[in-house]
Amino acid sequence: MAEFTLRLRRYDPESGDAAYWEEHTIDLEPHRSVLEGILQAKNRDDGSIGIRCSCRAAICGSCGVRINGRPDLACHTHLDHAKKHSSDGVIEVEPMGNMPVIKDLIVDMEAVHWKKIRRVTPWLIPKQPVPEREYVVPREAMVDVTQSMACIQCGACVSDCLSMEVDPEFIGPAALAKAYRFVGDPRDDQHFERLQDLAEDPHGIYDCTHCFQCIDACPKGVAPMSQIMRLRRLAGNDFAIEDRNNGERHEAAFVSLVKQYGLLNEAELLPRSYGGDTPLAKFKPSAAAELTSSLPAIAKALLRRKVTPAAVFKPHKLAPADRAEVKRIYETVEGRDERVEFNIYISGRDEDLT
Amino acid sequence: MPAHDVLIIGAGLAGQRAALAAAETGASVAIMSKVHPVRSHSVAAAGGINAAIAIDDDWTEHAYDTVKGSDFLGDQDAIEIMCSEAPGEAMHLEHIGVTFHRNDKGELDLRAFGGASKKRTAYVADITGQAILHVLYEQLMRHHETVDSFEEWFCTSLIRDDDGHCAGAVARDIRSGTIEVFNAKSVILANGGNGQCYKPTTNALICTGDGIAQAYRAGAPIMDMEMVQYHPTTLAENGFLITEGARGEGAHLLNSEGRRFMEDYAPNKMELASRDVVSRAEQTEINEGRGVGPDGQGIYLDITVVPRKRVLEALREIVNIGRDFAGTDITREPIMIRPGQHYIMGGVRTDVDGQTPIPGLYAAGEVACVSVHGGNRLGANSLLDTLIFGRRSGEHAARRGKELAMPKAPATRASEDAAQIKQIIDRPHDGRRVSEIKDELGATMNEFVAVYRDEDGLKKAGEIVGRLKEQAAEAYVDDRGTVFNQDVLGALEVGYMIDCAEMTIVSAIDRKESRGAQFRLDYPDRHDEEWLKHINVTRSADGEPEISYSPVTITQWEPEVRKY
Repeated sequence: MAEFTLRLRRYDPESGDAAYWEEHTIDLEPHRSVLEGILQAKNRDDGSIGIRCSCRAAICGSCGVRINGRPDLACHTHLDHAKKHSSDGVIEVEPMGNMPVIKDLIVDMEAVHWKKIRRVTPWLIPKQPVPEREYVVPREAMVDVTQSMACIQCGACVSDCLSMEVDPEFIGPAALAKAYRFVGDPRDDQHFERLQDLAEDPHGIYDCTHCFQCIDACPKGVAPMSQIMRLRRLAGNDFAIEDRNNGERHEAAFVSLVKQYGLLNEAELLPRSYGGDTPLAKFKPSAAAELTSSLPAIAKALLRRKVTPAAVFKPHKLAPADRAEVKRIYETVEGRDERVEFNIYISGRDEDLT
Repeated sequence: MPAHDVLIIGAGLAGQRAALAAAETGASVAIMSKVHPVRSHSVAAAGGINAAIAIDDDWTEHAYDTVKGSDFLGDQDAIEIMCSEAPGEAMHLEHIGVTFHRNDKGELDLRAFGGASKKRTAYVADITGQAILHVLYEQLMRHHETVDSFEEWFCTSLIRDDDGHCAGAVARDIRSGTIEVFNAKSVILANGGNGQCYKPTTNALICTGDGIAQAYRAGAPIMDMEMVQYHPTTLAENGFLITEGARGEGAHLLNSEGRRFMEDYAPNKMELASRDVVSRAEQTEINEGRGVGPDGQGIYLDITVVPRKRVLEALREIVNIGRDFAGTDITREPIMIRPGQHYIMGGVRTDVDGQTPIPGLYAAGEVACVSVHGGNRLGANSLLDTLIFGRRSGEHAARRGKELAMPKAPATRASEDAAQIKQIIDRPHDGRRVSEIKDELGATMNEFVAVYRDEDGLKKAGEIVGRLKEQAAEAYVDDRGTVFNQDVLGALEVGYMIDCAEMTIVSAIDRKESRGAQFRLDYPDRHDEEWLKHINVTRSADGEPEISYSPVTITQWEPEVRKY
């Protein structure tokens, strides 16, 4: 047994008071979960502490919270681990972000999370004709979609999605991972339509800023951002969907600029994103129109010296030897017959390989 | 007042399947659950779903295995229906999107499971329940215009009209605290079992026997309640489930001598004998001093004999559970397990269409007792049970609704329930805390009403539960609010749990033989002449459990000696 102090964020919507912090001391073995700690406080001291929970084993997805500022399942976080990562030895538990709080640690998932899930047409649109027995599909395909199927809809990724913080309309990591579950399912009849829809939506797959927060947040290894990137690769490379958000062109520009210079050439990135992946892009009328509308962003970049006027004509680049190394990476990856996609159900986690 | 042809209480597999089946006939449907549907406990089912779909398999073999698994207490007409409809249901699931894993030919892959004579368990890694539950919820989202969904509504009681027909239910909106009467031509209970009567248990905190107790209080007979399944592989540390799929993939059980002791108990099926047999074998090893771990209360499950790549692909979830909850890498070392409460074979007595003896009241899934599981449920038959009888209930209730006018649901019930909730909130703080009562109940049941039982222990449990029942009537809560007052709902739940525990104890005392999950040290043999019958419990006028019997339906398999 050990003693731990929990600092819980309390909010009673009926009181008219603002949210506040409240400390509870609990006694449990260090490898017990934060949820067990909260339940001990609830059962022993104060039954009014509000938290959704059910299975206690990280499968029902009820107890998503923020622990020491990071999203996780309360049942999936050990007390000793949480204490170690606290700022002052007190385990801080508060409701998830990006969703309105109903009471204490309980948030309104319907208002945000489920609304977004429904946005991606979250059901199979089966290929016709439906066979009498099962659809015969590659063995690997079903193992592959298991990674997104493993999502328990806990909302941890939604809680800390930075893009959603800036653009609340962003479809978001959980819903897009759900979308991959259909796009990756060979029985679904609408891969192209789904991808086009998600690529054309200004709050769709190209609204993700690649920040990795959702991968860190996910307690089930779903890696939502990886699923979003797979949607992009499918949309851009395999289905050649040129979206009105310039997402596909932006990625292509990114890839070829790094290949060419070993570094990103910011001055070229925007023109190419709008005008197509060629050095002449900046002279295209479509690029000019977009560049004009992006002037505030360009001005900011200039002010912060992310780009300099000189760099437009003389881009910075890596030393030749390093550039050759970068090229070699490109050749290896592009030389493969098939794209290698990371998937814990197929390749395991890094530590599984050792 | 909302009024529907069919009102479904509980939104796990049985409830969602019933809702979808009823909606397809054009009936008006409402589905209500005290948690969001994907939080339902069906989500925790791991290993798979049985269906005789292999070329060399036949549903009659599945049925025989199930009858034998039930220790001949299962009703064979119901078992025949479940097993013959299983392949069609599995294909239906596949067609609506369940991502069943495939073999190298791209067809459904099947894994071995306990008590089965063939490989017939279709699976999605070891998250089969989650995958099916989430796919059914996808379908529910597709049908959102035809199915009214009441998520996070807590049912407080069932309503019967003047003719004794079920006319709806009363429920409290957990978020707002509003109490409302839901009028319905038929009500389908699909709100799960009462595993929380036990501590530890593999069951979620929500499995508090609400439906069983509500039906009991409404006058329905509750059957086979003495039959409580202990799963052979639950984490010694905290009772979490380690899927039978592990043994299905080839894992061994070892005692302190490092020996596969199942060869002494079930030389043919070894680790894949039926669950009651394996759990008893483990408990015997532990009782005779061959357990492992610091207190000798565990058994080793050795998954290292399964190829590592296969474990990572097909048993991913228990890799996580081992790592996160026991600090064990199951691909490299054995993990310590022990038998733990897992499933309630008993429940509200129904026919093969889910109808209880109360007109208009149906039950399906763990809350119900058809009885397809009899004395012991086979692994991967519970998902099947929920889906087959969920669908049949939904279809039957929808058909029934077409012929009937909406019954009158007296609104008085709502004010009674509201008054009861207020009374609980207003109780003085001089009784016990609800949580203490719950803990004592769990420990009592796990000590005296477990794998091995005898009259003295059962009577002792009966006395303790009787006392807890009195204490629960005065137990106090802290939360005086209306928004998400989980505290007061917990007080209602503990009342349901105590009713269920009471029924289990009186049935276990009454059955003076050993059959399936019920093993009586004082009556160690099976007695078909006297005890090949179901025990039914109904509530007497003064609120006490009353026992009666009903026959076991036998179609083609006469009872025989059960060996694995």
